[in-house]
Amino acid sequence: MNAQPIHFKPAEGFRARSKAVVDNPFLRQSFRGAMDFLMSKRAAQFPDAEELESLRTLGESIRQYNLGKLPTLLEQLEANLTRNGIQVHWAETPDEANAIILDICHARRARLMVKGKSMVSEEIELNHAAEAAGIDALESDMGEYIVQLAGEKPSHIIMPAIHKTKQEIAQLFADKVEGVDYTDNVDALIQIGRNVLRQKFLEADIGLSGVNFAVAETGTLCLVENEGNGRMCTTAPPVHIAITGIEKIVEKLEHIPPLLSLLTRSATGQNISTYFNMISSPRKAGEKDGPSEVHLVLLDNGRSQAYADEQLRKTLQCIRCGACMNHCPVYTRIGGHAYGTTYPGPIGKIISPHMLGLEATSTMATASSLCGACGEVCPVKIPIPDLLMRLREEAFSAPHANPAMVGQGAAYSGVISAIWAGWAAVYRSPALYGVVTWLGSRFGWLMPSRQGPWTSVRVPLKPAPKRLRDMLRERG
Amino acid sequence: MSARDRILAKLKAAPLLPKPEPDVAAWFSTHRRTEFKAEKAARFRHFIELAHAEVHTVSRSGWLQKLREVLDAKGIEKLLVADSTAHGEAALDELPRHGIECQTYDLAIEAWKTEMFHATPASLTAARAAIAETGTLILWPDAAEPRLMSLVPPVHIVLLDASKIYNTFYEAMQSEGWTQSLPTNALLISGPSKTADIQQTLAYGAHGPKELVVLMIGDEQ
Ligand code: SF4
Repeated sequence: MNAQPIHFKPAEGFRARSKAVVDNPFLRQSFRGAMDFLMSKRAAQFPDAEELESLRTLGESIRQYNLGKLPTLLEQLEANLTRNGIQVHWAETPDEANAIILDICHARRARLMVKGKSMVSEEIELNHAAEAAGIDALESDMGEYIVQLAGEKPSHIIMPAIHKTKQEIAQLFADKVEGVDYTDNVDALIQIGRNVLRQKFLEADIGLSGVNFAVAETGTLCLVENEGNGRMCTTAPPVHIAITGIEKIVEKLEHIPPLLSLLTRSATGQNISTYFNMISSPRKAGEKDGPSEVHLVLLDNGRSQAYADEQLRKTLQCIRCGACMNHCPVYTRIGGHAYGTTYPGPIGKIISPHMLGLEATSTMATASSLCGACGEVCPVKIPIPDLLMRLREEAFSAPHANPAMVGQGAAYSGVISAIWAGWAAVYRSPALYGVVTWLGSRFGWLMPSRQGPWTSVRVPLKPAPKRLRDMLRERG
Repeated sequence: MSARDRILAKLKAAPLLPKPEPDVAAWFSTHRRTEFKAEKAARFRHFIELAHAEVHTVSRSGWLQKLREVLDAKGIEKLLVADSTAHGEAALDELPRHGIECQTYDLAIEAWKTEMFHATPASLTAARAAIAETGTLILWPDAAEPRLMSLVPPVHIVLLDASKIYNTFYEAMQSEGWTQSLPTNALLISGPSKTADIQQTLAYGAHGPKELVVLMIGDEQ
């Protein structure tokens, strides 16, 4: 079982957290508005359905091809990064990753770390670990800066502060940023953030970033962003530490253009992001800026478990565009925080069980209508609904030897499986079916009026007083 | 065993499942338009302007004049230039005579970081090439024209030779043989810095330049 990050909220609370959002018309409206906005922007980027389909097929084959040779590519990446002067570290768990990063910080006597947006650093709870070690870890993506200032976590992997209104942000800045008066003018708010963070970029000892794609053949780390904070973090401080999951590798540079196009168009509906940053080495002799040290931390944290199974491996195709969230009727209604995990929405439901174990996440796979929207929009064609069915199977079936996942059978219940076994038996035997429906039609009035969760939003189930076969018989 | 060996051992123990190599070239040959010079320049301009950049077409001999006009219009009196480049030299020769101070990036950043962050209103760099389909500049920072030049100053002015516009990102990397020659930090830039993190409202100048000005050198009129 992987160690759970401190912020992980137990699955038991999922229902209550969801209900709290669903009951809040204001929040629901703002999620709805934000998701509609992102969906229409994405749609506008893909006017040609045929092109989109062929590009998705290409994206899928690029991801599958590269995952197919992942161990070799990791070794090639490591060799080329090392040749380029970038130091490579490996971490199996979040704790190991934090220890590696903090070691680098300690060696430089670092006090201030500026962070570009990195979901993997959220995954390992780096900010807490840094704080405990006396290092200030400051988020510099505007959305992340806002949620950090509010003492919260991102609620979306692309738009971290999507759950906040500008008035809330205005109040937050007025309360927390020194010398700032209330203003809900967005340009003014961004200027406030810019000014605070510019000073930090100037002072920081360490810059930390995520990685969107790592290119094995050239030893290059690629970053996609709009704000420039990713560039700041990777250029201004004397040390740059990048962290990524082990799956984000492509063999060839030529694999990047299709994936980048799918990523930016699916994520925010842009035909390209403002910046695409390709880092291949630390500052070279004669160069006047850029960090003198660059590190890459490769994190497993359950990914190798997904990798081991042919079907579950598809989870690792993800390029973290967030489109599945934007199109998910469940995410749209409950928002990202309800999930309690670093990655929310459909991708969160299929990746988190590998990171946190099924004991902690078994309810997530059931919180889906299986409408298929996530699978339809996924730019790399991850069959998310199929994976959700698989995870339900893993969670709810009786524990067995050699399971594919940690926590297999965690949601297994003897009573429920006996009920289903009985159900199956009834439907398999015409005679038994006859008896049961006969009893049902006679004693249907005995059905309780409250039938657990079913009746929380529906009328009670009651067998009809007459069976179909009786009605047919009466008709002759 | 180290974490590295354990991770690799787990991955290697998994079924191999090799997949055919994707044919990226074939996709681009059938799904992306190929255009000629003028069309590429027009498309590049369309998209980078959509992304809020300011574009001026200039002649090979007239760009300095336009540069002065741009600086004038924005009330900028100080420009960061790279002195060991041809365009940097040209700016150094010309601008101070017109009352514009030229700062050169001649020291390592540690020596003047605070000044760079607080007292450098604009910079001039060259683009190596550009991409028509997305309105993207390709920058290839080096010892002469360091990385922060295109990031820290609030106004970034870029000189682009319109004959170096490719149709696609893929075409650019293939034609230039990037796999052999990537610099410390290659960059694609498609507009000034921006964010929509507050209530999906677009705002420019999040952390990088608030304004991006492209001087696109076309054929001599
Ligand atoms: S699962 Fe697909 S749609 Fe969802 S974030 Fe990943 S790539 Fe995007």
